[in-house]
Amino acid sequence: MLKIEAVLQPSKLDAVKDALLEAGIEGMTILEARGHGRQKGHTEFYRGREYTVDLLPKVKIEMVIHDELKEKAIAAIVGAARTGRIGDGKIFISHVDEAIRIRNDERGETAL
Amino acid sequence: MCRRSTHIVILVALIASPLVAAAQSAHGAGNAPVTQAQIAALQQAVEKAQSAGDNAWMLMSAALVLLMTGPGLALFYGGLVRRKNILGTMMQSFAMMGLVTILWATCGYSLAFGHGNFFIGSFEHAFLRGVSLAPNPDYAATIPGQTYMIYQLMFAIITPALITGAFAERMKFSAMAVFLSLWSLLVYSPMAHMVWGVGGLLNASGGRIPSLDFAGGTVVHVTSGVSALVTCIYLGKRAGYPQTPMPPHSMVLSFIGACFLWVGWFGFNAGSALAASPLATSAFINTHFAAAAAALGWTVAEWIHNGKPTALGAISGAVAGLVAITPASGFVQPFSALAIGAAAGVFCSFMVFQVKSRLRYDDSLDAFGVHGAGGTLGAILTGLFAASAINPIFGKDASGHSIATGAIDGHWGQVLNQLTGVGIAWSISIAGTLILLFLVDKVMGLRLSPEQESTGLDLSQHGEEGYDLNS
Repeated sequence: MLKIEAVLQPSKLDAVKDALLEAGIEGMTILEARGHGRQKGHTEFYRGREYTVDLLPKVKIEMVIHDELKEKAIAAIVGAARTGRIGDGKIFISHVDEAIRIRNDERGETAL
Repeated sequence: MCRRSTHIVILVALIASPLVAAAQSAHGAGNAPVTQAQIAALQQAVEKAQSAGDNAWMLMSAALVLLMTGPGLALFYGGLVRRKNILGTMMQSFAMMGLVTILWATCGYSLAFGHGNFFIGSFEHAFLRGVSLAPNPDYAATIPGQTYMIYQLMFAIITPALITGAFAERMKFSAMAVFLSLWSLLVYSPMAHMVWGVGGLLNASGGRIPSLDFAGGTVVHVTSGVSALVTCIYLGKRAGYPQTPMPPHSMVLSFIGACFLWVGWFGFNAGSALAASPLATSAFINTHFAAAAAALGWTVAEWIHNGKPTALGAISGAVAGLVAITPASGFVQPFSALAIGAAAGVFCSFMVFQVKSRLRYDDSLDAFGVHGAGGTLGAILTGLFAASAINPIFGKDASGHSIATGAIDGHWGQVLNQLTGVGIAWSISIAGTLILLFLVDKVMGLRLSPEQESTGLDLSQHGEEGYDLNS
């Protein structure tokens, strides 16, 4: 089992979600997040005072998938979220030890 | 204001005379002649009709001025503070709606508008004794005395509420309530008496130094703005200012608030004609023109200065223009109002962008930069642009010509009178505010503890939160 965490531009969320569904990945958790990478933030002006906003609004998708879906998932996210500009986001993938379905105690990949 | 009442009497006579003539010619066709009693009844009917029209407009205006404090100012200021302070900030304005009303009824009105000396009224109208439904010809001959009283109350409410912008996010609610209540009696009532009260030092009709303040540029905006400056310096900066960013938490709320202020200001300025008269129209137009020009002036200045025209700049500019036109609204031509507005937009933005950051005081929501600076500028420009063609408030000379009012008419001395009025307002505001702050600080302490300040006014002072999106 793999856990995919992807940080995205909020405006790309719907496109990514649709692409993942098309790739056969159904469960996901969406978090509204704030953060920055190399892109840093932007400046705002209120009554002549300059404020640097370095944490920008982002969304983070979390999902746990079967190992063999890894490349399809990556392709779906990258294909839908890429604009080619700084700030498009990142994908992190890690191994998951166990999954448990709370409703009926199913374990492992059957619980996904 | 006395002169206004004589105008009204003449007006009534003029309106009545063609009616009387028409009645006479009808009777001339073979009926009994018109009796004195009939003429008197006719005159009474005309007076009643005029009073009804004036009273309708003045009650409407009073309601509009209240609208400026809540929701107008409460939203304007509420949006500009951080999220944890919104309810506390709105409550400061709302508290004035309660506290000042009670003070006004007990003695505030009497101290402002009772017969007294140059500087302050008396206790003759304490507990509203003698303030009846009959007109008070000292102030407004065609509306009930109580209409005048309630209309003036709305000004007394918004004035201390304006000060709250300077000490936002850091004063105890209890200290704020005591300080501003006392301020209303010690600073506002005397200033209102000097400018508008019978026998007041600065009263345009018969005062020793006739100073022009149509709707309260000096009485409301200079006093509140200067007291705001004194308060924010006395109290010190907010914890973390200016290193920690403290941007407004909701520009949307501020935007709605500013638009309420703009609309409410029609009651403030046009209502100050105290009648549904052509002068009210003049003040209405000037108010609107100045707000528009100032919004533009601030926006252009900011666009050049910072590279972007912000929404906060546009609405702040509009408020600055409304402030500056307040003393001039019933005295100047429409194009002078455009000039006053544009000047206020540029000048106040300069005060906020440059002067505040150079001098490093934390006038958190720019109560001084907009109201103090805009009010002072407006008072001076009133002396420059006042035209007797709009409002011949100084009466007519022996040959029947209106006596010049402002410098544009050739009466440069009026600028000096205006400066004197502003100087007195600055002095009484600085002295009165310092004394009160010192006293209240000694007795109960003005400032929140550092923990309370970091928690925010909402939770620490009121035990509530403005936004609970999880409930």
